[in-house]
Amino acid sequence: MKFTEEHEWLEKDEDTVSVGITEHASEALGDIVFVELPEIGTMVSKGDEIVVIESVKAASDIMAPIDGEIVEINEALIDAPSSINESPLDAWFFKIKPSDPTQFDSYLDEDAYTAIIS
Amino acid sequence: MADLQKTPLFDLHVELGAKMVPFAGFEMPVQYPLGVMKEHLHTRSKAGLFDVSHMGQVILRGENIVADLEKLIPMNVGALAVGRQRYGFFTNEQGGILDDLMFANRDDHIFMVVNAARKDHDIAHLKKGLGEASVEVLEDRALLALQGLGAEDALAKFDNNCRDMRFMDVRDLKLCGAECWVSRSGYTGEDGYEISVPNGKAEELARALLSDDNVEAIGLGARDSLRLEAGLCLYGHDIDETTSPVEAGLVWAIQKSRRETGDFIGDVAIMKALKEGPVRKRVGLRPTGRAPMREGVVLFKSETSIDPIGSITSGGFGPSFGGPVAMGYVLNHFANEGAQVFGEQRGKRLPIDVVNLPFIPANFKR
Repeated sequence: MKFTEEHEWLEKDEDTVSVGITEHASEALGDIVFVELPEIGTMVSKGDEIVVIESVKAASDIMAPIDGEIVEINEALIDAPSSINESPLDAWFFKIKPSDPTQFDSYLDEDAYTAIIS
Repeated sequence: MADLQKTPLFDLHVELGAKMVPFAGFEMPVQYPLGVMKEHLHTRSKAGLFDVSHMGQVILRGENIVADLEKLIPMNVGALAVGRQRYGFFTNEQGGILDDLMFANRDDHIFMVVNAARKDHDIAHLKKGLGEASVEVLEDRALLALQGLGAEDALAKFDNNCRDMRFMDVRDLKLCGAECWVSRSGYTGEDGYEISVPNGKAEELARALLSDDNVEAIGLGARDSLRLEAGLCLYGHDIDETTSPVEAGLVWAIQKSRRETGDFIGDVAIMKALKEGPVRKRVGLRPTGRAPMREGVVLFKSETSIDPIGSITSGGFGPSFGGPVAMGYVLNHFANEGAQVFGEQRGKRLPIDVVNLPFIPANFKR
């Protein structure tokens, strides 16, 4: 598992990368009440804001951490946004088929991420 | 946050793990570890304790205090019985609202509570408008709000005399040995009390109240969602100097005698608005989708229309309602239950039902 400085986690499956938010992000956002996911088939570029999260406090965006195609979305989150707060590392938002596999490797490992949030 | 003031409960908030934020010049708890959602639900089902010591507590005295105050607020001060409280607001010449407030008849004086962000303004306004009267700002008292279904039982452990108080009654109660001024009121739509307590006893009283399993400390985040569900206005958002009580739906707070005789600041404008009806009205707005829509969202009559017909002034997620809730102003034509409007958010027009307020019916002990 890799981590971004924007508090997203990435996990490599076979030929896709799942993306979610870290516990640190989930706690900072507060109770999540709404999630808007991208459409399957969308081509995204690193830095594109592709997910909207609304918590009781405010709206925030999740960015695509890598270039590629959205091949799967976690529709269960739409009906149960609070599951993100309950278990952020299980709550993946979308899976990307990367167009540049080296982008994944450029992110932080767990120790490096833990260091920046502590 | 060096320049911010602290309430007497600051250390307790920190000890309880509150997230502190700047609010109206004070460092205030926005939420505790429980989180906004659970704090909100706990308040409605059991009891929540809020620190509202940032609000202004003022004592007004003077020979002509009733008549003088009636010039500044369009409420019937003279008809308010001893031991009773009323909601009110200061008006300006244009009939706008300078601040909303609570005032109580405490026999030899009037006790007033004003919004934190408007405290300095209001005190200057009172001193200028009341002439000879004494305007005493209480810096030595904290203010706690105990709200929710379990508030009466929780407070009765300290003084059983709180039980037979009715909504908007005001009474002196001895709590933890402190002389407290207690009103049966609040701003959550729930039954409850507001307790003015000497600074030196505030923490002891708060700790004693919190030792009750049913009472949790609640932050400003849940306070906001509770008052929004209850359809209550937040000054500076839902009402301000440019909104009249007529369009804000606050005419109920202007007693009939005052509507007829006027003689208060802004009387001409308000009486005209009463006669002609407002151009826009404050309404409840229920987004039909799941996405919360917040303050500032512009409203339209259709998905393609060009001219705005209003905007959201408060909005978010209503934990007890179980979905997004909002309020705002719409042109008169759209201000009826069942009308549909559209709010523009992130480049999309999303449908919103116009509904009557409140979203959650009040539980006052009338």
